[in-house]
Amino acid sequence: MARAALPGRLTWRAATLAEARPETPTARTLVFDVPDWPGHLPGQHVDVRLTAPDGYRAQRSYSIASAWPPGGGGPPGGGGKVELTVQRLDDGEVSPYLTDVLEVGDQIELRGPVGGWFVWRETQQNPVLLVGGGSGVVPLMAMVRSRGQSRAKQPFRLIYSVRSQGDLLYREELPRHVRDDPGFDLFLNYTRQAPDGWPSPPKRIDVATINTHGWPPDFTPDVYVCGPTTFVETAADILVALGHDPKRIRTERFGGTS
Amino acid sequence: MMKLDGNAMAGDLREIFAFDVTAAQYTCAGCGHAEAIGALMLWGQEMGRVARCPHCDDVVLSLVHAPGRVFLDVRGAVRLELPLAGS
Amino acid sequence: MAIISRGFGGRRRESVPGLPPGQYLTHDFPVLSAGPTPRIPLDRWSFTVTTESGEKTSWTWPEFTALPYEDFSTDIHCVTKWSKLGTTWRGVSLDTLLADVETAADYTMVHSFGGYTTNVPLEDLLDGKAWIAYKFDGEDLEPEHGGPARMLVPHLYFWKSAKWVNGLQMMQEDEPGFWEAAGYHMYGDPWLEQRYQGD
Ligand SMILES: Cc1cc2nc3c(=O)[nH]c(=O)nc-3n(C[C@H](O)[C@H](O)[C@H](O)COP(=O)(O)OP(=O)(O)OC[C@H]3O[C@@H](n4cnc5c(N)ncnc54)[C@H](O)[C@@H]3O)c2cc1C
Ligand SMILES: [Zn+2]
Repeated sequence: MARAALPGRLTWRAATLAEARPETPTARTLVFDVPDWPGHLPGQHVDVRLTAPDGYRAQRSYSIASAWPPGGGGPPGGGGKVELTVQRLDDGEVSPYLTDVLEVGDQIELRGPVGGWFVWRETQQNPVLLVGGGSGVVPLMAMVRSRGQSRAKQPFRLIYSVRSQGDLLYREELPRHVRDDPGFDLFLNYTRQAPDGWPSPPKRIDVATINTHGWPPDFTPDVYVCGPTTFVETAADILVALGHDPKRIRTERFGGTS
Repeated sequence: MMKLDGNAMAGDLREIFAFDVTAAQYTCAGCGHAEAIGALMLWGQEMGRVARCPHCDDVVLSLVHAPGRVFLDVRGAVRLELPLAGS
Repeated sequence: MAIISRGFGGRRRESVPGLPPGQYLTHDFPVLSAGPTPRIPLDRWSFTVTTESGEKTSWTWPEFTALPYEDFSTDIHCVTKWSKLGTTWRGVSLDTLLADVETAADYTMVHSFGGYTTNVPLEDLLDGKAWIAYKFDGEDLEPEHGGPARMLVPHLYFWKSAKWVNGLQMMQEDEPGFWEAAGYHMYGDPWLEQRYQGD
Protein backbone atom coordinates (compact mmCIF):
# COMPACT_ATOMS: atom_id res chain seq x y z
CA MET A 1 0.00 0.00 0.00
CA ALA A 2 1.96 2.98 -1.23
CA ARG A 3 0.94 6.16 0.52
CA ALA A 4 1.83 9.48 -1.02
CA ALA A 5 4.42 11.34 1.02
CA LEU A 6 3.13 14.60 2.44
CA PRO A 7 5.17 17.52 1.23
CA GLY A 8 7.87 18.61 3.64
CA ARG A 9 7.66 15.53 5.81
CA LEU A 10 10.43 13.05 5.90
CA THR A 11 10.06 9.53 4.68
CA TRP A 12 12.32 6.53 4.31
CA ARG A 13 14.53 6.34 1.28
CA ALA A 14 16.69 3.65 -0.19
CA ALA A 15 20.43 3.93 0.33
CA THR A 16 22.96 1.76 -1.47
CA LEU A 17 26.26 0.83 0.10
CA ALA A 18 28.87 2.29 -2.25
CA GLU A 19 32.02 1.66 -0.26
CA ALA A 20 33.09 0.28 3.11
CA ARG A 21 36.31 0.84 5.05
CA PRO A 22 37.36 -0.91 8.23
CA GLU A 23 38.30 1.59 10.95
CA THR A 24 39.26 -0.97 13.60
CA PRO A 25 38.68 -4.73 13.85
CA THR A 26 35.23 -3.95 15.29
CA ALA A 27 34.20 -0.75 13.52
CA ARG A 28 33.50 0.09 9.93
CA THR A 29 32.82 3.23 7.93
CA LEU A 30 29.99 2.81 5.45
CA VAL A 31 29.61 5.14 2.49
CA PHE A 32 26.06 5.22 1.18
CA ASP A 33 24.77 6.51 -2.08
CA VAL A 34 21.54 8.36 -1.36
CA PRO A 35 19.80 9.83 -4.41
CA ASP A 36 18.57 13.38 -3.83
CA TRP A 37 20.41 13.75 -0.55
CA PRO A 38 19.58 17.32 0.55
CA GLY A 39 22.89 17.87 2.39
CA HIS A 40 23.33 18.04 6.16
CA LEU A 41 24.91 19.90 9.06
CA PRO A 42 27.73 18.39 11.12
CA GLY A 43 26.26 16.65 14.19
CA GLN A 44 23.08 15.46 12.51
CA HIS A 45 22.14 11.80 12.33
CA VAL A 46 20.08 9.42 10.24
CA ASP A 47 17.73 6.64 11.24
CA VAL A 48 18.48 3.30 9.64
CA ARG A 49 15.76 0.71 9.12
CA LEU A 50 16.30 -2.96 8.33
CA THR A 51 13.57 -5.33 7.24
CA ALA A 52 13.85 -9.12 7.48
CA PRO A 53 12.20 -11.34 4.86
CA ASP A 54 9.29 -12.07 7.24
CA GLY A 55 8.60 -8.35 7.62
CA TYR A 56 10.29 -7.97 11.03
CA ARG A 57 11.91 -4.57 11.36
CA ALA A 58 14.62 -2.96 13.42
CA GLN A 59 15.46 0.72 13.53
CA ARG A 60 18.51 2.51 14.96
CA SER A 61 20.07 5.97 14.79
CA TYR A 62 23.57 6.63 13.41
CA SER A 63 25.43 9.92 13.35
CA ILE A 64 26.69 11.24 10.05
CA ALA A 65 30.49 11.17 9.99
CA SER A 66 31.07 13.06 6.77
CA ALA A 67 31.03 16.78 6.12
CA TRP A 68 28.84 18.34 3.47
CA PRO A 69 29.50 18.84 0.66
CA PRO A 70 31.67 15.73 0.58
CA GLY A 71 35.40 16.21 0.13
CA GLY A 72 35.02 19.98 0.07
CA GLY A 73 33.58 20.98 -3.23
CA GLY A 74 31.55 18.16 -4.67
CA PRO A 75 28.54 19.33 -6.64
CA PRO A 76 26.01 20.60 -4.11
CA GLY A 77 22.92 18.44 -4.09
CA GLY A 78 24.53 15.96 -6.41
CA GLY A 79 26.45 12.78 -5.74
CA GLY A 80 24.66 12.22 -2.45
CA LYS A 81 27.24 10.34 -0.44
CA VAL A 82 26.67 9.89 3.27
CA GLU A 83 29.20 8.29 5.59
CA LEU A 84 28.39 6.49 8.81
CA THR A 85 30.79 4.80 11.18
CA VAL A 86 29.36 1.87 13.09
CA GLN A 87 30.89 0.23 16.14
CA ARG A 88 29.97 -3.45 16.48
CA LEU A 89 28.36 -4.59 19.72
CA ASP A 90 28.77 -8.34 19.74
CA ASP A 91 25.34 -9.08 21.19
CA GLY A 92 23.69 -6.34 19.16
CA GLU A 93 20.88 -6.81 16.69
CA VAL A 94 21.73 -4.15 14.11
CA SER A 95 25.38 -3.10 14.47
CA PRO A 96 26.91 -6.55 13.65
CA TYR A 97 24.79 -6.62 10.52
CA LEU A 98 26.12 -3.24 9.42
CA THR A 99 29.75 -4.01 10.26
CA ASP A 100 29.93 -7.62 9.07
CA VAL A 101 27.10 -8.58 6.76
CA LEU A 102 26.17 -5.62 4.57
CA GLU A 103 28.09 -5.63 1.29
CA VAL A 104 28.75 -3.05 -1.39
CA GLY A 105 25.67 -2.88 -3.61
CA ASP A 106 23.25 -3.88 -0.82
CA GLN A 107 20.40 -1.58 0.06
CA ILE A 108 19.02 -0.42 3.37
CA GLU A 109 16.44 2.21 4.25
CA LEU A 110 17.48 5.50 5.70
CA ARG A 111 15.67 8.57 7.04
CA GLY A 112 17.41 11.88 7.46
CA PRO A 113 19.29 14.05 7.96
CA VAL A 114 17.64 14.83 11.30
CA GLY A 115 18.38 16.57 14.58
CA GLY A 116 18.87 20.33 14.44
CA TRP A 117 19.91 20.64 18.05
CA PHE A 118 23.16 18.71 18.30
CA VAL A 119 24.77 20.54 15.38
CA TRP A 120 27.60 22.97 14.90
CA ARG A 121 27.10 25.84 12.49
CA GLU A 122 29.96 27.82 11.05
CA THR A 123 28.16 31.00 12.10
CA GLN A 124 28.80 30.16 15.78
CA GLN A 125 31.75 32.31 16.82
CA ASN A 126 32.70 30.79 20.18
CA PRO A 127 35.52 28.34 20.73
CA VAL A 128 34.36 24.75 20.60
CA LEU A 129 35.04 21.87 22.96
CA LEU A 130 34.25 18.38 21.70
CA VAL A 131 34.19 15.49 24.16
CA GLY A 132 33.71 12.04 22.64
CA GLY A 133 33.73 8.57 24.12
CA GLY A 134 34.12 5.54 21.83
CA SER A 135 31.85 5.79 18.79
CA GLY A 136 30.65 9.12 20.22
CA VAL A 137 33.46 10.69 18.23
CA VAL A 138 31.49 10.15 14.99
CA PRO A 139 29.32 13.31 14.93
CA LEU A 140 32.25 15.29 16.39
CA MET A 141 34.35 14.10 13.47
CA ALA A 142 31.79 15.58 11.11
CA MET A 143 32.29 18.91 12.90
CA VAL A 144 36.09 18.64 12.68
CA ARG A 145 35.89 17.75 8.99
CA SER A 146 33.44 20.50 8.29
CA ARG A 147 35.61 23.10 10.04
CA GLY A 148 38.72 21.89 8.21
CA GLN A 149 37.02 21.91 4.88
CA SER A 150 35.69 25.44 5.18
CA ARG A 151 38.90 26.67 6.84
CA ALA A 152 36.89 28.07 9.72
CA LYS A 153 38.86 29.91 12.38
CA GLN A 154 36.97 29.08 15.60
CA PRO A 155 39.40 27.26 17.90
CA PHE A 156 38.43 23.60 18.34
CA ARG A 157 39.53 21.15 21.00
CA LEU A 158 38.65 17.49 20.84
CA ILE A 159 38.98 15.24 23.87
CA TYR A 160 38.54 11.70 22.59
CA SER A 161 38.33 8.85 25.07
CA VAL A 162 38.94 5.29 23.82
CA ARG A 163 39.86 1.96 25.32
CA SER A 164 43.13 1.47 23.48
CA GLN A 165 44.95 2.49 20.34
CA GLY A 166 43.35 -0.41 18.50
CA ASP A 167 39.92 1.10 19.12
CA LEU A 168 40.75 4.52 17.66
CA LEU A 169 38.45 5.58 14.86
CA TYR A 170 39.91 7.84 12.14
CA ARG A 171 43.36 6.91 13.36
CA GLU A 172 45.16 8.28 10.33
CA GLU A 173 42.95 11.21 9.57
CA LEU A 174 42.87 12.81 13.03
CA PRO A 175 46.63 13.58 13.14
CA ARG A 176 46.27 15.12 9.66
CA HIS A 177 43.70 17.56 11.00
CA VAL A 178 46.02 18.42 13.89
CA ARG A 179 48.78 19.11 11.36
CA ASP A 180 46.78 20.91 8.68
CA ASP A 181 43.96 22.71 10.51
CA PRO A 182 45.29 25.68 12.49
CA GLY A 183 43.54 26.02 15.84
CA PHE A 184 42.53 22.37 16.15
CA ASP A 185 43.84 20.43 19.16
CA LEU A 186 43.36 16.78 19.96
CA PHE A 187 43.76 15.02 23.28
CA LEU A 188 43.47 11.24 23.39
CA ASN A 189 42.42 9.66 26.66
CA TYR A 190 43.00 5.91 26.96
CA THR A 191 40.81 4.03 29.39
CA ARG A 192 42.16 0.45 29.23
CA GLN A 193 45.54 0.42 27.61
CA ALA A 194 47.75 3.35 26.65
CA PRO A 195 50.35 3.04 23.88
CA ASP A 196 53.97 2.48 24.96
CA GLY A 197 55.58 5.64 26.23
CA TRP A 198 52.25 7.46 26.70
CA PRO A 199 52.68 10.11 29.41
CA SER A 200 49.75 9.01 31.60
CA PRO A 201 48.40 5.62 32.67
CA PRO A 202 45.00 4.51 31.35
CA LYS A 203 42.08 6.01 33.23
CA ARG A 204 38.49 7.06 32.76
CA ILE A 205 37.91 10.65 31.78
CA ASP A 206 38.02 12.84 34.90
CA VAL A 207 37.98 16.43 36.15
CA ALA A 208 41.71 16.88 35.51
CA THR A 209 41.42 15.69 31.89
CA ILE A 210 38.65 18.11 31.02
CA ASN A 211 40.13 20.94 33.07
CA THR A 212 43.54 20.58 31.40
CA HIS A 213 42.50 19.84 27.85
CA GLY A 214 39.22 21.71 27.55
CA TRP A 215 38.56 25.46 27.50
CA PRO A 216 38.15 27.50 30.68
CA PRO A 217 34.46 28.29 31.32
CA ASP A 218 35.02 32.05 30.92
CA PHE A 219 35.90 31.47 27.26
CA THR A 220 32.18 30.50 26.98
CA PRO A 221 32.89 27.61 24.62
CA ASP A 222 30.14 25.73 22.85
CA VAL A 223 30.47 22.20 24.21
CA TYR A 224 29.39 18.99 22.49
CA VAL A 225 29.49 15.73 24.42
CA CYS A 226 28.73 12.42 22.76
CA GLY A 227 29.08 8.73 23.51
CA PRO A 228 27.56 5.94 25.57
CA THR A 229 24.97 7.28 28.03
CA THR A 230 27.10 6.81 31.15
CA PHE A 231 30.11 8.48 29.49
CA VAL A 232 28.01 11.49 28.49
CA GLU A 233 26.57 11.87 31.97
CA THR A 234 29.99 11.67 33.62
CA ALA A 235 31.50 14.22 31.22
CA ALA A 236 28.52 16.59 31.46
CA ASP A 237 28.61 16.49 35.27
CA ILE A 238 32.32 17.32 35.23
CA LEU A 239 31.77 20.21 32.83
CA VAL A 240 29.02 21.69 34.99
CA ALA A 241 31.15 21.22 38.13
CA LEU A 242 33.99 23.08 36.39
CA GLY A 243 31.65 26.02 35.89
CA HIS A 244 30.47 25.59 32.30
CA ASP A 245 27.02 26.98 31.60
CA PRO A 246 24.68 23.98 31.19
CA LYS A 247 22.93 25.90 28.41
CA ARG A 248 26.12 25.77 26.34
CA ILE A 249 26.55 22.02 26.77
CA ARG A 250 24.86 19.87 24.16
CA THR A 251 24.74 16.14 24.62
CA GLU A 252 24.05 13.17 22.39
CA ARG A 253 23.59 9.93 24.33
CA PHE A 254 24.09 6.77 22.30
CA GLY A 255 22.48 4.49 24.89
CA GLY A 256 23.97 1.33 26.26
CA THR A 257 25.47 0.58 29.58
CA SER A 258 29.20 0.93 29.09
CA MET B 1 17.61 0.44 27.48
CA MET B 2 19.16 3.53 28.92
CA LYS B 3 18.01 7.04 28.36
CA LEU B 4 18.84 9.14 25.32
CA ASP B 5 18.49 12.82 24.44
CA GLY B 6 15.36 14.31 22.93
CA ASN B 7 17.45 14.86 19.83
CA ALA B 8 17.24 11.11 19.15
CA MET B 9 13.54 11.38 18.31
CA ALA B 10 14.21 13.92 15.57
CA GLY B 11 13.45 11.33 12.89
CA ASP B 12 10.13 10.30 14.38
CA LEU B 13 9.10 13.94 14.71
CA ARG B 14 10.20 14.84 11.19
CA GLU B 15 7.92 12.09 9.95
CA ILE B 16 4.98 14.01 11.47
CA PHE B 17 6.03 17.64 11.13
CA ALA B 18 7.35 19.49 8.13
CA PHE B 19 10.12 21.09 10.18
CA ASP B 20 12.61 20.04 12.82
CA VAL B 21 10.87 20.11 16.19
CA THR B 22 13.99 19.18 18.20
CA ALA B 23 15.27 22.75 17.85
CA ALA B 24 11.97 24.16 19.15
CA GLN B 25 11.65 25.39 22.74
CA TYR B 26 9.16 23.73 25.05
CA THR B 27 7.85 25.18 28.27
CA CYS B 28 7.25 22.42 30.81
CA ALA B 29 3.71 22.26 32.19
CA GLY B 30 5.03 20.84 35.44
CA CYS B 31 7.76 23.30 36.41
CA GLY B 32 7.85 26.07 33.80
CA HIS B 33 11.35 25.17 32.66
CA ALA B 34 12.00 26.15 29.03
CA GLU B 35 14.57 24.47 26.82
CA ALA B 36 15.06 22.81 23.44
CA ILE B 37 13.07 19.64 22.72
CA GLY B 38 16.44 18.13 21.81
CA ALA B 39 17.52 18.55 25.44
CA LEU B 40 14.67 16.48 26.90
CA MET B 41 15.48 13.13 28.50
CA LEU B 42 14.24 10.32 26.33
CA TRP B 43 13.07 7.06 27.89
CA GLY B 44 11.22 3.90 26.96
CA GLN B 45 12.15 3.19 23.38
CA GLU B 46 10.25 -0.08 23.09
CA MET B 47 6.61 0.83 23.76
CA GLY B 48 7.02 4.38 22.61
CA ARG B 49 9.16 7.41 23.23
CA VAL B 50 8.68 9.20 26.52
CA ALA B 51 10.41 12.58 26.72
CA ARG B 52 10.81 13.99 30.21
CA CYS B 53 11.79 17.43 31.47
CA PRO B 54 15.41 17.31 32.69
CA HIS B 55 14.42 19.64 35.52
CA CYS B 56 11.41 17.91 37.09
CA ASP B 57 11.20 14.50 35.34
CA ASP B 58 7.60 15.17 34.24
CA VAL B 59 6.60 13.81 30.85
CA VAL B 60 6.63 16.65 28.32
CA LEU B 61 5.70 14.60 25.29
CA SER B 62 5.20 11.02 24.27
CA LEU B 63 5.08 9.37 20.90
CA VAL B 64 3.66 5.92 20.18
CA HIS B 65 3.83 4.16 16.83
CA ALA B 66 1.03 1.79 15.92
CA PRO B 67 0.79 0.08 12.54
CA GLY B 68 -0.15 2.81 10.08
CA ARG B 69 -0.59 5.56 12.71
CA VAL B 70 1.26 7.51 15.31
CA PHE B 71 0.02 9.02 18.58
CA LEU B 72 1.69 12.20 19.79
CA ASP B 73 0.83 13.48 23.27
CA VAL B 74 2.09 16.97 24.14
CA ARG B 75 0.10 17.52 27.32
CA GLY B 76 3.26 18.10 29.32
CA ALA B 77 4.15 21.23 27.40
CA VAL B 78 2.19 24.44 27.93
CA ARG B 79 3.87 25.96 24.91
CA LEU B 80 6.09 25.19 21.96
CA GLU B 81 8.14 27.96 20.40
CA LEU B 82 9.18 27.23 16.84
CA PRO B 83 11.69 29.11 14.74
CA LEU B 84 10.10 29.96 11.39
CA ALA B 85 12.83 31.23 9.13
CA GLY B 86 16.20 29.78 8.14
CA SER B 87 16.21 26.64 10.26
CA MET C 1 7.69 -0.40 -0.73
CA ALA C 2 9.89 -1.92 1.92
CA ILE C 3 13.37 -3.00 0.99
CA ILE C 4 14.28 -6.40 2.36
CA SER C 5 17.75 -6.24 3.86
CA ARG C 6 19.66 -9.17 2.44
CA GLY C 7 20.95 -11.41 5.18
CA PHE C 8 19.18 -9.59 7.98
CA GLY C 9 17.28 -11.85 10.35
CA GLY C 10 17.00 -9.70 13.42
CA ARG C 11 17.01 -11.10 16.88
CA ARG C 12 15.87 -14.71 16.96
CA ARG C 13 12.10 -14.80 17.17
CA GLU C 14 10.75 -18.08 18.40
CA SER C 15 7.13 -18.67 17.50
CA VAL C 16 5.57 -21.48 19.50
CA PRO C 17 2.02 -22.77 19.40
CA GLY C 18 -0.26 -21.58 22.18
CA LEU C 19 1.01 -18.02 22.38
CA PRO C 20 -1.37 -15.09 21.87
CA PRO C 21 -1.40 -13.81 18.27
CA GLY C 22 1.70 -11.92 17.15
CA GLN C 23 3.78 -12.93 20.18
CA TYR C 24 7.24 -14.52 20.28
CA LEU C 25 8.88 -16.50 23.03
CA THR C 26 11.69 -14.97 25.07
CA HIS C 27 13.90 -16.57 27.67
CA ASP C 28 15.31 -13.42 29.26
CA PHE C 29 13.28 -10.84 31.08
CA PRO C 30 13.48 -7.60 29.09
CA VAL C 31 13.22 -4.41 31.10
CA LEU C 32 11.09 -1.62 29.70
CA SER C 33 11.38 1.74 31.37
CA ALA C 34 9.48 4.92 30.69
CA GLY C 35 11.41 6.86 33.30
CA PRO C 36 13.99 6.66 36.04
CA THR C 37 13.81 3.55 38.23
CA PRO C 38 12.59 4.61 41.68
CA ARG C 39 14.48 3.16 44.65
CA ILE C 40 12.04 2.82 47.52
CA PRO C 41 13.35 2.08 51.01
CA LEU C 42 11.08 -0.47 52.68
CA ASP C 43 10.42 1.81 55.65
CA ARG C 44 8.96 4.37 53.26
CA TRP C 45 6.90 1.84 51.32
CA SER C 46 3.13 1.65 51.68
CA PHE C 47 0.20 0.51 49.64
CA THR C 48 -3.10 2.38 49.81
CA VAL C 49 -6.52 1.49 48.47
CA THR C 50 -8.78 4.53 48.05
CA THR C 51 -12.48 4.07 47.37
CA GLU C 52 -14.62 6.33 45.22
CA SER C 53 -15.84 8.03 48.41
CA GLY C 54 -12.28 8.74 49.50
CA GLU C 55 -11.92 6.09 52.20
CA LYS C 56 -8.39 4.80 52.51
CA THR C 57 -6.92 1.52 53.65
CA SER C 58 -3.13 1.29 53.88
CA TRP C 59 -0.49 -1.32 54.55
CA THR C 60 3.10 -0.75 55.56
CA TRP C 61 5.73 -3.19 54.29
CA PRO C 62 5.67 -5.33 57.50
CA GLU C 63 1.86 -5.36 57.42
CA PHE C 64 1.76 -6.20 53.73
CA THR C 65 4.28 -9.04 53.92
CA ALA C 66 2.43 -10.48 56.95
CA LEU C 67 -0.67 -11.02 54.79
CA PRO C 68 -1.36 -14.52 53.45
CA TYR C 69 0.56 -14.96 50.19
CA GLU C 70 0.39 -17.26 47.21
CA ASP C 71 3.21 -18.85 45.23
CA PHE C 72 2.15 -19.15 41.64
CA SER C 73 3.37 -19.63 38.12
CA THR C 74 2.06 -17.75 35.10
CA ASP C 75 2.77 -16.69 31.51
CA ILE C 76 3.34 -13.02 30.76
CA HIS C 77 2.75 -11.23 27.48
CA CYS C 78 4.35 -7.89 26.70
CA VAL C 79 2.77 -5.64 24.09
CA THR C 80 6.23 -5.28 22.48
CA LYS C 81 5.63 -8.87 21.34
CA TRP C 82 7.62 -11.00 23.73
CA SER C 83 6.01 -13.61 25.91
CA LYS C 84 7.63 -15.44 28.77
CA LEU C 85 6.20 -18.71 29.93
CA GLY C 86 5.98 -20.20 33.40
CA THR C 87 7.35 -17.30 35.45
CA THR C 88 7.16 -17.94 39.18
CA TRP C 89 6.12 -15.36 41.72
CA ARG C 90 5.09 -14.81 45.31
CA GLY C 91 2.45 -12.21 46.00
CA VAL C 92 -0.67 -11.20 47.84
CA SER C 93 -3.90 -11.75 45.95
CA LEU C 94 -6.00 -8.66 45.30
CA ASP C 95 -8.90 -10.69 46.71
CA THR C 96 -7.11 -10.57 50.07
CA LEU C 97 -6.33 -6.86 49.84
CA LEU C 98 -9.82 -5.87 48.75
CA ALA C 99 -11.76 -8.27 51.03
CA ASP C 100 -12.88 -5.53 53.44
CA VAL C 101 -13.06 -2.67 50.97
CA GLU C 102 -16.57 -1.32 50.36
CA THR C 103 -16.98 -0.14 46.79
CA ALA C 104 -19.54 0.07 44.02
CA ALA C 105 -16.97 1.21 41.46
CA ASP C 106 -16.36 -0.76 38.28
CA TYR C 107 -12.90 0.58 37.44
CA THR C 108 -9.59 1.12 39.14
CA MET C 109 -6.47 3.15 38.56
CA VAL C 110 -3.25 1.52 39.68
CA HIS C 111 -0.69 4.05 40.98
CA SER C 112 3.06 3.67 41.29
CA PHE C 113 6.03 5.38 42.88
CA GLY C 114 7.48 7.61 40.17
CA GLY C 115 4.03 8.61 38.91
CA TYR C 116 3.15 5.71 36.60
CA THR C 117 -0.54 4.80 36.34
CA THR C 118 -2.60 2.20 34.52
CA ASN C 119 -6.35 1.52 34.48
CA VAL C 120 -7.84 -1.93 35.06
CA PRO C 121 -11.52 -2.88 35.51
CA LEU C 122 -12.12 -4.01 39.09
CA GLU C 123 -13.43 -7.41 38.05
CA ASP C 124 -10.10 -8.12 36.32
CA LEU C 125 -8.36 -7.78 39.67
CA LEU C 126 -10.67 -10.20 41.53
CA ASP C 127 -11.29 -13.94 41.68
CA GLY C 128 -7.65 -14.97 41.67
CA LYS C 129 -6.71 -13.01 38.55
CA ALA C 130 -4.31 -10.47 40.07
CA TRP C 131 -1.64 -10.13 42.73
CA ILE C 132 0.76 -7.68 44.22
CA ALA C 133 3.96 -9.63 43.80
CA TYR C 134 7.16 -9.14 45.79
CA LYS C 135 9.24 -12.17 44.87
CA PHE C 136 10.26 -13.40 41.43
CA ASP C 137 11.96 -16.76 40.94
CA GLY C 138 12.37 -17.12 44.69
CA GLU C 139 14.26 -13.82 45.08
CA ASP C 140 13.22 -10.38 46.25
CA LEU C 141 11.89 -8.44 43.28
CA GLU C 142 14.63 -6.22 41.88
CA PRO C 143 13.93 -2.51 41.33
CA GLU C 144 14.37 -2.96 37.53
CA HIS C 145 11.49 -5.43 37.57
CA GLY C 146 9.28 -3.34 39.82
CA GLY C 147 10.51 -4.09 43.33
CA PRO C 148 9.77 -3.80 46.18
CA ALA C 149 6.37 -4.85 44.79
CA ARG C 150 4.54 -4.80 41.48
CA MET C 151 1.05 -5.50 40.23
CA LEU C 152 0.58 -8.71 38.31
CA VAL C 153 -2.47 -9.03 36.06
CA PRO C 154 -1.11 -11.68 33.71
CA HIS C 155 -4.23 -12.13 31.59
CA LEU C 156 -3.74 -8.58 30.26
CA TYR C 157 -0.71 -7.14 28.42
CA PHE C 158 2.15 -6.65 30.80
CA TRP C 159 2.04 -2.82 30.93
CA LYS C 160 -1.09 -3.32 33.07
CA SER C 161 1.14 -5.09 35.62
CA ALA C 162 2.46 -1.82 37.03
CA LYS C 163 5.92 -1.81 38.58
CA TRP C 164 6.62 -0.09 41.94
CA VAL C 165 2.91 -0.03 42.95
CA ASN C 166 1.81 2.09 45.86
CA GLY C 167 -1.92 2.45 45.46
CA LEU C 168 -5.21 1.53 43.92
CA GLN C 169 -7.94 4.10 43.31
CA MET C 170 -11.54 2.99 42.71
CA MET C 171 -13.23 4.86 39.86
CA GLN C 172 -16.86 5.05 38.71
CA GLU C 173 -15.78 5.77 35.14
CA ASP C 174 -12.94 4.28 33.17
CA GLU C 175 -10.05 6.69 32.70
CA PRO C 176 -6.80 6.18 30.82
CA GLY C 177 -3.53 5.66 32.70
CA PHE C 178 -0.05 6.52 31.45
CA TRP C 179 0.31 4.36 28.32
CA GLU C 180 -3.43 4.33 27.63
CA ALA C 181 -3.36 8.14 27.38
CA ALA C 182 -0.35 7.86 25.09
CA GLY C 183 -2.20 5.65 22.58
CA TYR C 184 -2.39 2.15 24.01
CA HIS C 185 -5.61 0.17 24.43
CA MET C 186 -7.85 0.83 27.43
CA TYR C 187 -8.20 -2.88 28.23
CA GLY C 188 -5.28 -4.72 26.61
CA ASP C 189 -6.36 -8.34 26.09
CA PRO C 190 -3.41 -10.15 24.44
CA TRP C 191 -5.63 -12.87 23.00
CA LEU C 192 -7.65 -10.23 21.11
CA GLU C 193 -4.47 -8.31 20.24
CA GLN C 194 -5.77 -5.15 21.85
CA ARG C 195 -2.51 -3.27 21.60
CA TYR C 196 -3.43 0.25 20.56
CA GLN C 197 -6.48 2.46 20.87
CA GLY C 198 -9.04 1.38 18.31
CA ASP C 199 -7.65 -2.17 17.98
C1 LIG D 1 21.39 9.85 17.97
C2 LIG D 1 22.20 8.59 17.99
C3 LIG D 1 23.32 8.48 17.18
C4 LIG D 1 24.10 7.31 17.18
N1 LIG D 1 25.20 7.25 16.39
C5 LIG D 1 25.96 6.14 16.37
C6 LIG D 1 27.14 6.07 15.56
O1 LIG D 1 27.49 7.02 14.86
N2 LIG D 1 27.87 4.92 15.57
C7 LIG D 1 27.50 3.85 16.34
O2 LIG D 1 28.19 2.81 16.29
N3 LIG D 1 26.40 3.88 17.13
C8 LIG D 1 25.61 5.00 17.17
N4 LIG D 1 24.49 5.04 17.97
C9 LIG D 1 24.08 3.82 18.69
C10 LIG D 1 23.20 2.97 17.76
O3 LIG D 1 21.98 3.62 17.50
C11 LIG D 1 22.85 1.60 18.35
O4 LIG D 1 22.33 1.77 19.64
C12 LIG D 1 24.03 0.67 18.42
O5 LIG D 1 24.56 0.46 17.13
C13 LIG D 1 23.62 -0.67 19.05
O6 LIG D 1 22.61 -1.26 18.28
P1 LIG D 1 22.49 -2.85 18.19
O7 LIG D 1 21.22 -3.17 17.51
O8 LIG D 1 23.74 -3.42 17.64
O9 LIG D 1 22.44 -3.29 19.73
P2 LIG D 1 21.12 -3.68 20.54
O10 LIG D 1 20.63 -4.99 20.04
O11 LIG D 1 20.20 -2.52 20.53
O12 LIG D 1 21.72 -3.80 22.00
C14 LIG D 1 22.56 -4.89 22.36
C15 LIG D 1 23.14 -4.65 23.74
O13 LIG D 1 24.04 -3.55 23.73
C16 LIG D 1 23.62 -2.53 24.63
N5 LIG D 1 23.79 -1.25 23.92
C17 LIG D 1 22.91 -0.63 23.10
N6 LIG D 1 23.42 0.51 22.60
C18 LIG D 1 24.67 0.62 23.11
C19 LIG D 1 25.70 1.59 22.97
N7 LIG D 1 25.56 2.68 22.20
N8 LIG D 1 26.86 1.37 23.65
C20 LIG D 1 27.03 0.28 24.43
N9 LIG D 1 26.08 -0.66 24.61
C21 LIG D 1 24.91 -0.51 23.96
C22 LIG D 1 22.18 -2.79 24.90
O14 LIG D 1 21.82 -2.34 26.20
C23 LIG D 1 22.10 -4.30 24.78
O15 LIG D 1 22.49 -4.94 25.97
C24 LIG D 1 23.73 6.22 18.00
C25 LIG D 1 22.60 6.33 18.82
C26 LIG D 1 21.85 7.50 18.83
C27 LIG D 1 20.65 7.59 19.73
ZN1 LIG E 1 9.70 20.42 34.20
